[in-house]
Amino acid sequence: MSSTDIIQLMPIYIMGKKYEVPKGLTIMKALEYSGYRLTRGCGCRGGVCGACVTIYRKKDEYKWNIGLACQTMAQEDTYLVQLPYVPAHKAPYAIQTLEPTEDSVVSLYPELLRCMGCNTCTRSCPMEIEVMNYVSAAIIGDWETVKDLSMDCIMCGMCAARCPGELAPFNIAMLIRRMVGIQAHKTPAEVEKRLSDIQNGVFAPELDRLKGMQKEELLEMYKEFQSTKGEAV
Amino acid sequence: MSYPQIMQLSIKNAEQTRSKRLNSSFPELTVDQKAKLLEQYHPDFNQKVKRKLHLGSNIGDPVPKELAVLIEAQSRLNLERIDLDQIDYKTDILVVGGGGAGLSAALTAKKTGANVLLATKLRMADSNTIMAEGGIGASTGREDSPVIHYVDTLIGGRGTNVPELVEALVTEAPFIVEWLSSMGVNFDRLPDGSYFTHRPGGHSRRRSHSIKDLTGLEIMRVLGDEVRNLGIDMLEFCPAVELILDDKGQCAGAVLQNLDTDTPVVVQAKTTILATGGMGRLHPLGFPTSNHYGATADGLVMGYRAGAKMIYAESVQFHPTGTAWPEQVLGLLISEAVRAQGAQVLNAEGNMFAASLETRDALAAAIIRECSDRGKSVQTPTGMIGTWLDTPLIDMIHGPGTFKHRFAGIYARFKEYGIDPVHEPILVYPTQHYQNGGLAINPFGETTIPNLYAAGEVSGGVHGQNRLGSNSLLDIFVFGRRAGKHAAEKVQSVSTGKLTLAHIRRYEAELREKGISSDVVSPMILPDYRFEKALTSIQHV
Repeated sequence: MSSTDIIQLMPIYIMGKKYEVPKGLTIMKALEYSGYRLTRGCGCRGGVCGACVTIYRKKDEYKWNIGLACQTMAQEDTYLVQLPYVPAHKAPYAIQTLEPTEDSVVSLYPELLRCMGCNTCTRSCPMEIEVMNYVSAAIIGDWETVKDLSMDCIMCGMCAARCPGELAPFNIAMLIRRMVGIQAHKTPAEVEKRLSDIQNGVFAPELDRLKGMQKEELLEMYKEFQSTKGEAV
Repeated sequence: MSYPQIMQLSIKNAEQTRSKRLNSSFPELTVDQKAKLLEQYHPDFNQKVKRKLHLGSNIGDPVPKELAVLIEAQSRLNLERIDLDQIDYKTDILVVGGGGAGLSAALTAKKTGANVLLATKLRMADSNTIMAEGGIGASTGREDSPVIHYVDTLIGGRGTNVPELVEALVTEAPFIVEWLSSMGVNFDRLPDGSYFTHRPGGHSRRRSHSIKDLTGLEIMRVLGDEVRNLGIDMLEFCPAVELILDDKGQCAGAVLQNLDTDTPVVVQAKTTILATGGMGRLHPLGFPTSNHYGATADGLVMGYRAGAKMIYAESVQFHPTGTAWPEQVLGLLISEAVRAQGAQVLNAEGNMFAASLETRDALAAAIIRECSDRGKSVQTPTGMIGTWLDTPLIDMIHGPGTFKHRFAGIYARFKEYGIDPVHEPILVYPTQHYQNGGLAINPFGETTIPNLYAAGEVSGGVHGQNRLGSNSLLDIFVFGRRAGKHAAEKVQSVSTGKLTLAHIRRYEAELREKGISSDVVSPMILPDYRFEKALTSIQHV
């Protein structure tokens, strides 16, 4: 779309104030078209950073919608506000010495048990994550499920903002994912050997030789390596 | 919404050739063919889009025009407003930037017991790192070695990489994966618990370690959590605007700008680490970009003004597969892992024209050729052009459900616009992705200014003139940690003299003497997309 094209305008209400914006823009671009220079409320512009979460309601509807401004199309006659910060509780911990038990989770986040199963968190998540289901899984200690269900979490904090039990599900999931990761962490024998070989300088003489090589010589080696590269996955 | 009618016709072409293409591939370019292709079609070789610098450590060197404009501009800092006797924060180490390089530098420095202050333009972890989909390269596999990784990286970089930096990169790589995993990063694993890896373009072995298509997000969540757990002091929404030197010519901190209150913040530091990322938001050559909102080359501008030397600042990486439709997400990256999994690149007739895993520079050039001189581009209703990335092949090759599982993020993004990449191809065109060059560093991360370090995309030399996929997630952690460690050790022996901003006055005086006047102020800090600028405009096609 170039500025010379004839563009169809529609009204939106940013924090209650009316602006006319072209149809077909994301909420983020609609904000910018309206003249907002974003500092808070804009990040990766690609749907993974959680900075631009926006609450919006269509005219004559009571329902609140929550979406990422950079990923959600602006719609005619919507009322919107960004919520770029949530003062959610984050417990400090030393992950390496933390016992990977349910007790650890509950002692760091006792409010976990205040979940009343209302599902508001799930309905608030712009990533369509089944938040309440992973909170339930956390309560019964099913951490693999917590990890799998929360993997797409962008830490925007909307689950915490709307939770009537005042949990911060995204921070609880963060803790559990790290504990799962640490439990899954093992150094396969071949990696162990690679690390000790590097430490013992096994590759150093060859790398020293390569550092002195011209591109043409390296290219011959490259061709040889490429001939045995195997499948891409 | 799905694809408009005029694009549907071309999709039919792709569908018709699909079963025939399933078990075939396009031959890879020979070395000579590739060199010729790059010379004719890669933007790096187009001198018209470059401008030589008129002053500073790289005087006479060509850089992208958009960068030259910022380098040869007035300082954003109002020097009259700054009183260097009023120091707001005094710290051992100032880390500027909250991406992968900044956080790993801060964590490493903090572990030594030093005082660390982390200043970042937006929120902690807002960065290109968080957007990284593909993976992190490391020779953990039995059939791989740092030696092969070295050769691949050098050849990918057209032989122009700084050898000592590549040596550091490849020998530390397996330790980086180990380090991240030990902190609880959930790398994709095979059923036996070993790492799942794939092979991006230009690599000779499978060595990219991923977490679905959310590799950077998962890593940054964990690092950010760790930074908070360690209680590292943090100033968010406080980008650095200029470096402070002392009367001995050493770097001695920076002046930040609090974006919420629009007030300056003076930080005195014994050592300073620039980890400010790249320049995508300058939209070099008018290309769209895959970069974060804050990627405005601030570190290059500040560092250069203070006298640091740059290397390969002219060299910009265009990722071949940026989104070309829908235009709401124009420029957004489609991970190279999609091609590693079997997706082919097709012209409007539904035919292949390049091997899927050519290096990024070569495939980008091939796409530009296909869409320009060869006239076989797919046209969108809004005047954008592109080629198909045939994603439906992935489930055909690896079984139903593979795409959705492996590329959950990409799937969700397109679903929003009514496009189903499991059954429909994605339209792609090169997008500005990475600043290959930057501030010159040695293997400890030191720039040419004493006590000033650089790590990650703001630095240059590691990747030469073309970076291989999965080497930048690696670069940021190898050199972030190296800079953090060395800067922390150095603190013991640093004695800071009298703080000064005289270098900025001198720089501006030299601009005036040379008759260079500009109403631009820099660093840019954030791009301006207000009003008409919110509407997409592509200048390079």
